[in-house]
Amino acid sequence: MTSVFIQTAKYLMIALIVTYTVQSFLIFLRHHSEQAKRILFKEQMVLIYLFLSLGFLSMTAYTGEQQILLLFAFTLAVITLLQLVYRLVYVHGSILLCNHMCILFGTGILILTRLNQQQALRQLIIGAVSIGFTAFFPYLMSKKQDTFRKWKWVYLIVSATLLLLVLIAGQTSYGAKISVAIGGISIQPVELVKLLYVFFLAAMYYEKQTVVTALFTGGCTAAFLLILAAARDLGAALIFFVIYVGMTYAVYRKWVLLPAAAGVVLLAMIGAGKSLGHVSNRIIAWKDPLSAIDDQGYQISQSLFGIGTGSWMGSGLFMGRPKSIPVVSKDFIFSAISEELGAIVAIAVILISMLTLLLFFRMARAMQDPFYRWVSLGMGICYGFQVFLTIGGCIKLIPSTGVTFPLVSYGGSSLFVTFCMFALLESFYITTKKKDSR
Amino acid sequence: MKFRKTEKQKKHQQKELSVLIILFTAAFLMLIGYLVFFLAFESERFINNPYNKRIDALSEKTIRGSIYANDGTVLAASVQTNETGEETRMYPFSNLYAHVVGFPVNGKMGVESAANFELLHSHSSVTERLKHAFTGEKNMGDGVVTTLDPTVQTAAYGALGSYRGAIVVMEVSTGRILAMVSKPDFDPNHISETFSLLSEDNESATLLNRATQGRYAPGSTFKLLTTLEYVHENPKTYEDYQYDCTGIFRSDGKEIHCFHNKAHGEEDLLDSFTNSCNTSYASLGLTLKPKGLTDLCNRALFNRKVPFDLPTEKSYFTLAPDASDAEIMETVIGQGKTLATPLQMALITAAVDHGGKAPRPYVLDRVVNDEGHFVKSLATEGTISIMSEQDAALLKEYMRSVVTDGTGRALNTDAYTVYGKTGTAEYNANRDAHSWFIGFAEKPGREDIAIAVIMEGAGSGSSFATPAAKEVFDAYFLQPDGF
Repeated sequence: MTSVFIQTAKYLMIALIVTYTVQSFLIFLRHHSEQAKRILFKEQMVLIYLFLSLGFLSMTAYTGEQQILLLFAFTLAVITLLQLVYRLVYVHGSILLCNHMCILFGTGILILTRLNQQQALRQLIIGAVSIGFTAFFPYLMSKKQDTFRKWKWVYLIVSATLLLLVLIAGQTSYGAKISVAIGGISIQPVELVKLLYVFFLAAMYYEKQTVVTALFTGGCTAAFLLILAAARDLGAALIFFVIYVGMTYAVYRKWVLLPAAAGVVLLAMIGAGKSLGHVSNRIIAWKDPLSAIDDQGYQISQSLFGIGTGSWMGSGLFMGRPKSIPVVSKDFIFSAISEELGAIVAIAVILISMLTLLLFFRMARAMQDPFYRWVSLGMGICYGFQVFLTIGGCIKLIPSTGVTFPLVSYGGSSLFVTFCMFALLESFYITTKKKDSR
Repeated sequence: MKFRKTEKQKKHQQKELSVLIILFTAAFLMLIGYLVFFLAFESERFINNPYNKRIDALSEKTIRGSIYANDGTVLAASVQTNETGEETRMYPFSNLYAHVVGFPVNGKMGVESAANFELLHSHSSVTERLKHAFTGEKNMGDGVVTTLDPTVQTAAYGALGSYRGAIVVMEVSTGRILAMVSKPDFDPNHISETFSLLSEDNESATLLNRATQGRYAPGSTFKLLTTLEYVHENPKTYEDYQYDCTGIFRSDGKEIHCFHNKAHGEEDLLDSFTNSCNTSYASLGLTLKPKGLTDLCNRALFNRKVPFDLPTEKSYFTLAPDASDAEIMETVIGQGKTLATPLQMALITAAVDHGGKAPRPYVLDRVVNDEGHFVKSLATEGTISIMSEQDAALLKEYMRSVVTDGTGRALNTDAYTVYGKTGTAEYNANRDAHSWFIGFAEKPGREDIAIAVIMEGAGSGSSFATPAAKEVFDAYFLQPDGF
């Protein structure tokens, strides 16, 4: 009987998330009246609640563990909190963005509960705290609007300090130094530096847009990349580089930057592949994981076994073996989603993430204030590129870079900073809207 | 003016944003595209990898399906013991199909390994599966129908007798494997208990499927290729070839003997082949270009992976351009360093009968559900080009002569027409030898079949492997039509 429920729930969940995705596209592409939108947003929330309920209930049915129901209740509470904050504090913000956050974060918690309930609980707590924290952003924004633009040296110095701190005191995991332990809690300062760095670039370009400025920011970026390369955190290095190129391109409007950047990345990949052991390992694992399955290719092979065996419909929750993938709850959470919930759900997750990114860009476009616009754009690039790197690594489109899936993967620092980014975007957006209506 | 400029600036800004939007959208669509591509075309290779433990998890929901011979005879089936509901694998013919059907435990082997995924997937009727979902019963896994023919397999198994070795029989036009026997064998019904003992016994290597993974010196069967190379290098004059065999040929301090030191006297190329005259071949071999012979062997599936459903070992051939006379003399008569698998030799003979193109061999034919309804085909198509049509025609004539006038006369019958080549491959200083026969046979109204027989340490090819081949041909051609 249980298996019927799990299998039925599986198909219903696919139907629900597909409906959600299609509806999101319609809302994004078509113009609706405020009234119509409000109804659609409500429908979306119903879809999200149903989707998560089915998932959590089938897991409870399978394991018979009541604490899953507690996690379920907690998840609903956090999602409702997020909705309340965005509706009450960020009045006239983008509800669509908020809904996407809910379904991505909720799906993340769902699959984390499947993988490791301890991690799911921690993720929920950090999520709740982050949401509470970001509720004050509009207030801070209205008080300190102009100081943000002038703190460029603060951003730079804090960023550099944090990066050096990781390099010196960082703990090594899977070949990269990324975390620092403070009072028993392990945090990843690089996540915060991504955000500070976006602010730094925007502040620099807001002040002056001379060639010297671009060269100076370029020099700073190069220095950051060297530090990150020394810490062997190449995924982060790549993200910083892409943020720099994307923002500089948008500000200076020189298309030549794009092919030049692509060339630099290719050359760096070839160079690093030859000279750095851990990079060449990842390239071997990417080219033919099965040939190195006992070694470098193990992780990616397991990921592809999971995605392949789960196929379009997925195995059903607890019916697959996602735990055989090393670091599944962080770098390879997408594979776990695809294996147990099915590739259709996984594709829906890709599309929802893409819509989220497009919302970043659309909202950035609406901002008159160049500083806000550039920060929003930079954050969008940061979010979108991370999603691309993590999913591309899971499905073997690109070599694995050890990047987490924002909002979905387990990891407190990343989750906190991602919530901040979304909140900042909404804050800028409503500030812009307020100015317009004035 | 100032206002205009900002407007213009804004427009430009929008353009850059659009470019970024397009780039990122393209990147995301690429993710989806690759995921779809992976699932549609690539994933099977990953799913069937033996490291994929997820397949084993399927057995918790599915009863492993049966394996059938080409006439529906059950070769392997799952039986549930009544009290505990525990599943055991039953092999009604015990040792007869041991290597080719294999077993699903201890690292898996044979068809049980190659069709693991299919056997653990169920295409039984929807109502049945729905019912099982409620009752919690397991679904019945799909069956896999092989190309194996019980009559031919039984004959081949008997023909090999108590010798170690292997027999492969294949349908020439399609590459369907009708029989595949390897000895020493084992009883798969007791593999769980005997596996550790068998796997540690390297001397008898019982678990090795000699038909596809056993590598032997090809002996005189290699003369097919030597003959071809000689014809290629002397296209106009090979028919004028003359040699006076005294039973012994010496060069470079190396002596080559004919079997039993028999002196064959005056011979042309056809006689040399028919009599399997070692001294004649050693002599003509010294005129050959090592590079030419190497290229020919590489075309004939030496040093290459033979595509097949079950694991195969690569056959081995090497002859350096500066090889010594002694080495050349040994190599051209199939001694020396050359090693061949029975499957590969069977493919070479099949190519001779098939215009120079060997069929791609296969043993997995199709998947059926528990009610016997067709689910999907596993048969492979295509051919491997080994020699030209003229080459094939020439070798066919030569191989026929072996049966009518030479070492394969035991196979000369009116019931069907055989083409073949015997081989006696010495493998130690005591002149102990493996007995080889490779060839094919035809009869109007029936499909041609090709065979390779190797009997370890038995002695001469004509005395052991040839009669064994005859038993198999008899069984195949003399069984009633339309079986």
